[in-house]
Amino acid sequence: MIPELGHFALILALGVALVQVLVPAYGLWRRSGRALAVATSAAQTQALLVFTAFGCLTWCFITQDFSVAYVTANSHSELPLVYRFTAVWGAHEGSLLLWVTILAGWTLAVSVFNRRLPADITATALAVLGVVSIGFLLFMLLTSNPFERLFPVPEDGRDLNPLLQDPGMVIHPPMLYMGYVGFSVAFAFAIAALVSGRLDSAWARWTRPWTITAWLFMTLGITLGSWWAYHVLGWGGWWFWDPVENASFMPWLVGTALIHSLAVTEKRGLLKSWTVLLAILAFGLSLLGTFLVRSGVIVSVHAFASDPARGVFILGFLGTVLGAAFLLYAWRAPKLVSEGELRLFSREGLLLINNLFLVVASASVLLGTLYPLVVDALQIGKISVGPPYFNAVFIPLFAPLLMLVGLAIAVPWKRARIGDAVRHLRVPLVATAVAAVTLPLVFQGSASLPVIAGGFLGFWAALTALQEPWRRIRAKTSWRAGLASVPRGTWGMTLAHLGLGVWTLGVVFVSSFSIEKDVRLSPQGSVELRGYEFQFQGVESRPGPNYDSDYGTVLVEREGRTVATLHPEKRLYHATHQMMTQAAVDHTPLRDLYVALGEPLDNGDWALRLYYKPMMRLVWLGGVLMVFGGILAASDRRYRPVRATETAVATQGVVA
Amino acid sequence: MRRWLLLMAMAALPALATADEAALDATQESRYRALTQELRCLVCQNQNIADSNAPLAADLRNQVQAQIVAGRTDAEITRYLTDRYGDFVLYRPPFKAVTLLLWLGPALLVLLALALAWTFSRRSQRVPPAATVDPEQLKKLLDEQP
Repeated sequence: MIPELGHFALILALGVALVQVLVPAYGLWRRSGRALAVATSAAQTQALLVFTAFGCLTWCFITQDFSVAYVTANSHSELPLVYRFTAVWGAHEGSLLLWVTILAGWTLAVSVFNRRLPADITATALAVLGVVSIGFLLFMLLTSNPFERLFPVPEDGRDLNPLLQDPGMVIHPPMLYMGYVGFSVAFAFAIAALVSGRLDSAWARWTRPWTITAWLFMTLGITLGSWWAYHVLGWGGWWFWDPVENASFMPWLVGTALIHSLAVTEKRGLLKSWTVLLAILAFGLSLLGTFLVRSGVIVSVHAFASDPARGVFILGFLGTVLGAAFLLYAWRAPKLVSEGELRLFSREGLLLINNLFLVVASASVLLGTLYPLVVDALQIGKISVGPPYFNAVFIPLFAPLLMLVGLAIAVPWKRARIGDAVRHLRVPLVATAVAAVTLPLVFQGSASLPVIAGGFLGFWAALTALQEPWRRIRAKTSWRAGLASVPRGTWGMTLAHLGLGVWTLGVVFVSSFSIEKDVRLSPQGSVELRGYEFQFQGVESRPGPNYDSDYGTVLVEREGRTVATLHPEKRLYHATHQMMTQAAVDHTPLRDLYVALGEPLDNGDWALRLYYKPMMRLVWLGGVLMVFGGILAASDRRYRPVRATETAVATQGVVA
Repeated sequence: MRRWLLLMAMAALPALATADEAALDATQESRYRALTQELRCLVCQNQNIADSNAPLAADLRNQVQAQIVAGRTDAEITRYLTDRYGDFVLYRPPFKAVTLLLWLGPALLVLLALALAWTFSRRSQRVPPAATVDPEQLKKLLDEQP
């Protein structure tokens, strides 16, 4: 009964989504305010229906309804309750339902927080979101129905993929999808601007908080995913340039560009058509990411459940939506005239160059991700494109980008003078150089040129980020008044750039000074790694809720004092007979000690993999700082409702 | 699906990921690490042979190690492997006709982007801002036309 209810809710949602698209379209054509207003109620009804369907599937998982094929495939009677929740999006069908649910959530938010928007813009945006929703609902109902029944009902399920039975996986997919799907709002606003032909700083001001919010969720999602891979994949890496990681990284890069381009459009009324193009691209790459992950064209860690028919559907949908968007862009974008001049040596000019680097970086990742597929399809060879390629391409693109970050903050809008920039940047430049040389010498006792160069870039981004609040605070008489005078948007920018710098430092240190050791140890045996004594205490068997664990114990000592007791595990899951590693990590801000259990050998010996990873935490901390920066920026007072005059102006434009 | 098979194979596998690294001196060991991290485990889903527990990866690791000990250069070892497995085994794609666009693409894109930014900036400075047109003057100008 409950599964049918969910299925029925999805079908109804599809019907309502059609209303959400067609009626406002009619309203735009006939200039009917009443027809436009239908968009809001249709969006809210659709959200209710989709949430119902999501609730139904969750209910099926909690009550272990093994008559539902998807539940059988992804659950088991022994599965702990928290993972029954997350199993909802543990595979293909449920991931799509999560996608549509989050889309419905974003659409609902647009329909509620739109008070300042002209009615035609709101209605167009909601209709565009409706089109996206129709595509995904159809996809689900035609090829991937999560509510399909199974007969005869099996006694037990096949269990959730053990890779996903990890706390990191509880929130990583929803956060990442919040980001992916969130870019659909910026896309919808961009299409609305093209349709209406109006794109001004008010439009940029509406779009900015939505875009920043999507971006911060995506940042969080990627950071969590990286953290999860670090702990669960057991290889000590945190970024593999895996196609699926690239699929989330590409829209992130373009989304970052979009945030900055929106700033220029709002402040200076420039780069209008470029901003619209970026909004289309960011969403296009989100769809492409979904296609790459869900269609099975790439073999990767994450592409469980793949099916060519589904790939064809998504590709067709991708082609239709983006094709239509680009046609509309080609037709209408020339009308979006940017007024005023743009000098390259000014804040907007440097932001434009930053934008181009971000987009080229994204395009390069796309090139590397798709190149092997294209070469294979054309039957002119079979190649692999892996981390060596991406690092070789990415570092030369990222280094100038980081230098530009510091420079762009230091120069004013409109027109900058080189002398002023040099005067502003003198102090940070010297501080950066000193810190870049000192830090590796103090903590590692050595400093090679790549480390100093990398450290320089990290410190440069971090220290120059502090300039803007510093300048504002110094302009006031007391530092307290100064602190209060710094707007949240500025704090947001500062934190995010600080995060970028911190992240860079972490990456430089981890990749330059990590020490790895593969060892064979017998119980009570020990091995030394950079001053730390790892004592292997042996492995015992321990039962888990739905797995049996080889539970290792490793005592870490330094100068005779116990630093940590680590418990790396290998878990054999009952239902799937799959083996999973759980690495154990002891961390301080300055270093991670990482132990993963390898294979059992003869005589009770074990193979172990040990790592010393300096400043690993900075990589995550950088991500978290960016997220907090995003939160502050998105909640800046400028974006909050409402100044009476603006509302009046907005409503005047209703049936324009 | 292949991953599950692989994981099951790993579970059943008595051999281990660690090569006997004691046989290598410090320079050889760093070469060994660098090489094994850039070689693809052919039966795995996107994993290098340093990280993989698959039997084939263990076999390739031993090959690499034996050849380093035998005094062969990195280039010779790489050629030996590509002769047997093709370019697919290399995570760093070789620079040749097929990969020309792959390696040069990013640089071309940067040049194109900078050229675009420059022309865009030049053009925006040449066009006088629309707001400075005085409607009365414009009218006068138009009226003067015969």
